Amino acid sequence: MNVDRITEKLNILADAAKYDVSCASSGSKRKNENKGLGNASNGICHSYTEDGRCVSLLKILLTNHCIFDCAYCVSRKSNDIKRAAFTVQEVVDLTINFYRRNYIEGLFLSSGIFKDADYTMERLVQVAKKLRTENNFNGYIHLKTIPGASDELMREAGLYADRLSVNLEMPTEAGLKLLAPDKNRQAMIDPMAFLKKEIIQRTEEKKLFKKAPMFAPAGQSTQVIIGATPENDSEILQTANHFYKNFNLKRVYYSGYVPVLADKRLPGLNTAVPMVRENRLYQADWLMRFYGFKVNEIVNTQQPLLDLDIDPKLGWAIRNMQAFPVDVNIADIQMILRVPGVGLLSAQKIISARKFGRLNWEQLKAIGVALNRAKYFITCKSNSFEKRDLTGTKIKQFILAESQSKYLKNQQNQLSIF
Amino acid sequence: MTRLIYDGTFEGLLTAVFEIYERKLNYINLQKIGVASTAMFEDVINVITDNDRASRVLNGLKKKLSANGVQRVYIAHMSEIENEENNIVGFIRHAFDAGRNIEEDYGNRFVLRISEIMVMMRREKHRMEAFIRFQKLKDETYYAVIEPDFNVLPLLIRHFRSRYADQKWMIYDIKRNYGLYYDLHDTEFISMEFSEAKSATDVEASNTEDEEVYQHLWKNYFKSVNIASRKNTKLHVRHIPKRYWKHLTEKI
Ligand code: SF4
Repeated sequence: MNVDRITEKLNILADAAKYDVSCASSGSKRKNENKGLGNASNGICHSYTEDGRCVSLLKILLTNHCIFDCAYCVSRKSNDIKRAAFTVQEVVDLTINFYRRNYIEGLFLSSGIFKDADYTMERLVQVAKKLRTENNFNGYIHLKTIPGASDELMREAGLYADRLSVNLEMPTEAGLKLLAPDKNRQAMIDPMAFLKKEIIQRTEEKKLFKKAPMFAPAGQSTQVIIGATPENDSEILQTANHFYKNFNLKRVYYSGYVPVLADKRLPGLNTAVPMVRENRLYQADWLMRFYGFKVNEIVNTQQPLLDLDIDPKLGWAIRNMQAFPVDVNIADIQMILRVPGVGLLSAQKIISARKFGRLNWEQLKAIGVALNRAKYFITCKSNSFEKRDLTGTKIKQFILAESQSKYLKNQQNQLSIF
Repeated sequence: MTRLIYDGTFEGLLTAVFEIYERKLNYINLQKIGVASTAMFEDVINVITDNDRASRVLNGLKKKLSANGVQRVYIAHMSEIENEENNIVGFIRHAFDAGRNIEEDYGNRFVLRISEIMVMMRREKHRMEAFIRFQKLKDETYYAVIEPDFNVLPLLIRHFRSRYADQKWMIYDIKRNYGLYYDLHDTEFISMEFSEAKSATDVEASNTEDEEVYQHLWKNYFKSVNIASRKNTKLHVRHIPKRYWKHLTEKI
């Protein structure tokens, strides 16, 4: 093995892949078979980058040669950079050896488009096939599908990969036209629809015949870049909602645009990465998926932007003061989940614990409720509760004042969910 | 207040519970042998571990708790977190004294504490599953050294067995001086004698040749995936607290 050459390739092709933010390795049910290597059921982050992102998969491009010229992408044809390409075997060896040392959960393989879509996709599928069939590898494999690749290849990809993704790139068709003139949205939506159909059909088969092969057991996901084009949060979340609903997507990833290229169609090179906004979008996404919120409750035409100061759940609460206060000792879980400062876990604990007796402030605190927020919105077994008839705006002021010093310091760092 | 001193085993703790009920003790302080006490005037009972009594308590507990609840008690004790005995006994007594299953009575401080310990143990277990870094030795064994905050090694068996079924591996807890070894068939606990000159972490001489190459590639990969304009050290350290760094290939 030529160590220097491999090192250089790895540096180039990992660097080019890192802007794709999806890293999840969860949601699959692949088990270790016949005393082989690995399983894909845990979703472990094995390390964290210095910017605090999870490192779970070996995330690389097969090559950064590309015939397309998408404005936002470092690998675009017109960008003057070093190019490199792995062989199929090189990717297989890296994956296996990293996996055996417990560095990674598996592989996330993507690629620039060389020659044409099918030619590229075929190589990606070959890597996955080799790992599964020759190396008895049961770790996680995420393949990015190349828009325009044939159904046959997509189907084969699904047999070996745990997850497939087609990146929408831009939240709207107009945004895509502007920045990725070679791509068209329909060419992205078609494979998504194909995969959805295929996944549903295979899952049905699997129910009838235990032996039927798995097909992309971790489903499909997509990524949209935010902040490169002028779409507002409402448009972005409506798009996400549409794809969750109609294409059964497992995840939509929001990637704050990192200015890497000078181009008059793009934000300037010194623009900050919209990290707070990105975080608010993830929070809103969680509200839709786990907290029972409808997208219109979070953003709508009157309220097209997420508040950057406060999280979207608190935002909803102060716009809907008529729904509060909630008595945590009798309210149903749906409503308790809507209380700012109460997370999924503490909501469940409240429901369990109150069967043994009504809960008071100390107990709620011990259970994990963030009282500095929740206190404005709930009552419990206690005579002391917020009796002033506060407006939403006032509450926001109080909460912000209380967390001000903390917040200002953390402004760039807030990535926790609630 | 009565002070009970036991030998630190789970059976010993259960025997202590037996004595508490037999002697109708109310205010107690259970301590592992060797822990210094500051109180001067108190009754002291030396609990002599008795398997018979212990299993009677355990059987009683099984009637009051689900299998999972019993396991929680066991894991809480196994954690070896100092001075948790009284919380564990508090939990057991609450379970015996209440008229129904109390596992979800989070308003009770013992129940809440046990669930906190479970969270701590689970987190530490997850961290080990994530942060363990194997090195390939010449005899093809993949070897890793750990120093977990709590005693989680026994909880790691299932995960590593089902993941690395086709390679020999060994995970060694150098804080507690025992390890887990899988030889492609069985896993067993082992403890090793290291000479003064060679410590458990000192294995470079026995590494395979490609070991160095893959460590080098992994470090490079880790550097390449960083996005400098998003740097966030606070978040980074929150995810990987510094005490874990010394065994992480990419951080040394
Ligand atoms: S097709 Fe993919 S790799 Fe090529 S320029 Fe567009 S985004 Fe970049």
